[in-house]
Amino acid sequence: MEGGSEERGSRGTGVSPVIPPPTPSSRPPMLTLKSVQAGYGPLTVLKGISLHVRPGEVVTLIGGNGAGKSTTLRTICGLLPVRRGVLEFDGQELNRLSPERIVSLGLVLVPEGRRVFSSLSVTANLELGSYHRTDKAQVRRDLEDLRERFPLLRERAAQPAGTLSGGEQQMLAICRALMAKPRLLMLDEPSMGLAPRIVRQVYGILSDLKARGTTLLLIEQNARAALKLADRGYVMETGRIILDGAAAELRDDPEVQRAYLGKGYREVWE
Amino acid sequence: MFLQQLFNGLTTGSAYALIALGYTMIYGILGLINFAQGEIYMCGAFVAVLLLATGKVNFFIAFAAGMGAAALLGLILERVAFRPLRGAHPLVPLISAIGASIFLQSLALLVFGPSDRPFPIQFTFSTVTLGGVAISTLQGAIFAAALGLMALLVLFVRFTRYGKAIVACALDRDTARLMGINVDRMVALTFIIGSALSGAAGIMMAIYYNATYPRMGLLPGLKAFSAAILGGVGNIPGAILGGLVLGVAESLGAAYIASGYKDAVAFVILILVLLLRPQGILKGRGH
Repeated sequence: MEGGSEERGSRGTGVSPVIPPPTPSSRPPMLTLKSVQAGYGPLTVLKGISLHVRPGEVVTLIGGNGAGKSTTLRTICGLLPVRRGVLEFDGQELNRLSPERIVSLGLVLVPEGRRVFSSLSVTANLELGSYHRTDKAQVRRDLEDLRERFPLLRERAAQPAGTLSGGEQQMLAICRALMAKPRLLMLDEPSMGLAPRIVRQVYGILSDLKARGTTLLLIEQNARAALKLADRGYVMETGRIILDGAAAELRDDPEVQRAYLGKGYREVWE
Repeated sequence: MFLQQLFNGLTTGSAYALIALGYTMIYGILGLINFAQGEIYMCGAFVAVLLLATGKVNFFIAFAAGMGAAALLGLILERVAFRPLRGAHPLVPLISAIGASIFLQSLALLVFGPSDRPFPIQFTFSTVTLGGVAISTLQGAIFAAALGLMALLVLFVRFTRYGKAIVACALDRDTARLMGINVDRMVALTFIIGSALSGAAGIMMAIYYNATYPRMGLLPGLKAFSAAILGGVGNIPGAILGGLVLGVAESLGAAYIASGYKDAVAFVILILVLLLRPQGILKGRGH
């Protein structure tokens, strides 16, 4: 399911043992946004976004409410048209492709608020995740594999997804997206509305995915959790990217700490 | 007499249920009421009757052709009357549906004339007496065939890939697209299935009442609409339940109150449901 790891391991061996195998940061980007503008009706929400994600990387996009983070993901998925700029995946332009086409290329979104199909069973939700795939035997193996990793999927197989708890629904939403065989998995606020203990569980799943080499693009208001997991990050504000860099650098950046990590406030009323 | 009326009600009710399924499935996926559903019912009946009248076509082929023609009409309506209006104010497709309904009725009047056509073939049906109730095997056959079609539909929706995809589109269209489901194709499929079921109901009632005419879809269409509301619009088991309950209520009303009020019963129920339980018996987009 997560093809990145073997691919990374097999590169750079054989021809010249002197050259080290490329790290994620030296490989060409798989997803590139160049000055992308998008919006709703008369409103331009994204005012020219440029970012990239390399294979095997975990990239996060942080920012406050209304910064345009979700709009960025909706645009990448094809739910919103690109008004200006270029959206590329593996060198192929996505600007005019439908969401159905984009998912079949391996760009898969776990939407904000989980959006599981509430009256359908857990299994039906997972099956719908693999809707676009034609490799039926592999789909069955992937389903079995996920059920091994997350026994809840088997225990609650026939239960309507809407009856699961919030954390379980988030896990199901992630597994449903994994059933789509993502090459790049995008997550929109996976910690939203969840208790801190459950957030840690969800991030446990994500760091497991990272360890397996899955490429992730993660959007969060919970900047602390996101920057801990990510390799690189972008900071968004009112439709623009105002800062980018390695996740560790962003964590130490005083501006980011003040605005998104809640550090350095003077409690003036004391 | 009660059991007799109950069975009469179940027979007509099964036709209402089949039409109501069309209303409810289309509402489920598009959020609009296709008021031309009654004309699709009429189209199914006409195609079957005209084919049988040639004397060259087997009954089952004519039945399938009637359902097929109804499905095709539904598909055309979706393309011509609804798809161009996607995203418009909800009243706009409603007006378009009423327009399509009037257009189709007038077209049928023009092409086929106003007179009733009898069903071209005579079935030899007998009457079976079960516990003092006389049930014609015709009623039994209609009821059984309708239940069979409904069971097929429920199985399709619950257990097939396309069935689940239709439910997914009804529940959350954007997320369905993110799974790679082509929503337009699922909408078209919903129109095909819903219309084929209405067409089947039309043929059954053309046999039952031995009359096929351009305005035959008007009352059953409105009653099935009431049935869909009664069951909870958007809910598939609800439409089946609503159709059967409405048919029985109508038949009992005709027997115990006055037969002249038969048609009023359905609409009194519609008004009561809208006043007392607007979400219907089963609420939500169930399947």
